[in-house]
Amino acid sequence: MNTYEHSVSLDVSACTGCTTCLKHCPTEAIRVCDGRAVINPHRCIDCGVCIRICPHNAKKATYSKLDRVLEKKKWKIALPAPTLYGQFENLGDVDYVLQGLLDMGFDDVVEVAQAAEFVSVYTRNYLKTEGIPKPVISSACPVVLRMIALRYPTLQTHIMQLLPPMEIAAKMALEKTAKTHPELKRSDICICFISPCPAKVSYVRNGFGDYQSEVDEVVSISDVYFGLLNVMRGDKMPKPLSRSGMIGISWATSGGESSALFNDKFLAADGIENVNRVLDQLDNGNISSLEFIELNACPGGCVGGAMVVENPFVAKARLQSLRRYLPVSQNFPDDDSGYVPDDYLFEKLPSYMPIQRLSENFAQSLRMMSDIQKLRAELPGIDCGACGAPNCRAFAEDVIRGNAVESACVLLKNRELERQIAEKGDGSS
Amino acid sequence: MSEVVKLHFDVDGEDFTSAGQASVQVKKILRQLGINPEIIRKVSIAMYEGEINMVIHAGGGYADILIYEDRIEIHLVDHGPGIANVEMAMREGWSTAPDNIRSLGFGAGMGLPNMKRYTDDMKIDSALGEGTRITMRINL
Repeated sequence: MNTYEHSVSLDVSACTGCTTCLKHCPTEAIRVCDGRAVINPHRCIDCGVCIRICPHNAKKATYSKLDRVLEKKKWKIALPAPTLYGQFENLGDVDYVLQGLLDMGFDDVVEVAQAAEFVSVYTRNYLKTEGIPKPVISSACPVVLRMIALRYPTLQTHIMQLLPPMEIAAKMALEKTAKTHPELKRSDICICFISPCPAKVSYVRNGFGDYQSEVDEVVSISDVYFGLLNVMRGDKMPKPLSRSGMIGISWATSGGESSALFNDKFLAADGIENVNRVLDQLDNGNISSLEFIELNACPGGCVGGAMVVENPFVAKARLQSLRRYLPVSQNFPDDDSGYVPDDYLFEKLPSYMPIQRLSENFAQSLRMMSDIQKLRAELPGIDCGACGAPNCRAFAEDVIRGNAVESACVLLKNRELERQIAEKGDGSS
Repeated sequence: MSEVVKLHFDVDGEDFTSAGQASVQVKKILRQLGINPEIIRKVSIAMYEGEINMVIHAGGGYADILIYEDRIEIHLVDHGPGIANVEMAMREGWSTAPDNIRSLGFGAGMGLPNMKRYTDDMKIDSALGEGTRITMRINL
């Protein structure tokens, strides 16, 4: 049973059944059936590649609608991702964005960038833990975590068991509210993450391992953007709200998380194909003497998310100037004796989901693999996608698994027709 | 009769940058067969080391992988210079790799020992000037 709730969906009326998404899906989760794309929920990792690539905008991210969130609870707290700051031109100060969120109707703001600075401190401590498998893989990108669960069972133990900044920000928001508004119950509070990323929506809905997110709602940056532009136009001075420094803001771009470790033994890769290349090599045991691996599924890091407005490289350039005169960090734990607080850690990793497995029974799997190879040899090998599968190998697998019929291959059918015509021709002459 | 899946890979000796590709392909197929991740790791390491050896020392060759119900066999065949002293070659840290290869982090003399460590059985047939055939077996 698949009980995982996804946040990438298809607008059937807009889909033309072209093969663009098919070709780009990193887990081969998409097939085109009856002229429209179908996403296999077992394989989808919510990376958002299809949303970004679809020429007809038929792929959508599902997330909470902002106006619904704002009328919902007594006390609404916005958790803006640092990527949000990179969306605005000539933004002199983060405070304008934070004030804007308050003016839109949020009751409080806790920056994820601030939480990220705590995570950076604790990551430095975490890396000193004895006996943990190195290199440690960042736990920040939910797409990477899901990719590892689906494809790299031996790398699970390398995942850093420290909660990502969004969760830490949610905890900070709850602690803050308990102090400032002790009369409020948990059910009066709505913690709303402002996200560049559909996979964060899934993370919040489904949890991770047995960890359940403290975030209540996720809205997209693109949804908040125009509302913010309107309220940010005013010329009143914002309150000095921001509590993040260079490190926190740098988390929005690839390499930002790593550079905060003050340790040169790291690797940072971005873009899902590059991520897979690194994971493959790591899985083969060919990456040595590294302490930390930062992987971001989106090109450029979170600034390249599928729910942002601005081109990731432009956003990155803006963040560079925004953090130019900020202190390196503004967040230090009260007592940092080199430990990691227990409530910042998560216990259980999700179990390995062998989605690629052909059959539960090994002998059966062998037979199927053998049949797949025979069929592959018959297929044209041009990976045209006309059958609805991303390539000939995937099509052969679909046929043997019973999910497609051989005659769906246009070229195979054509060859068969030519043969029949030739036979008839021979007969009549 | 039970099914055997046979995989064949040509290992290109000219292109050092592509070394290790066959190992990745094999791993994907083993995953589809639902083989235990620990076994997959063993096979892919043994396979990878073998591939690298063929590229560094023998100018390439080919790899045949046979998957039976109870075992996986890896046959690595090349027509390179052959191994002068197999016993010596099996020693950890012993390597005849040239300096340019060592500078890439290879040639630590762990290739053959690792192949032996990660497999249940390994045979080396080598003749000077003719080539080398390595047969490895991993029980399932």
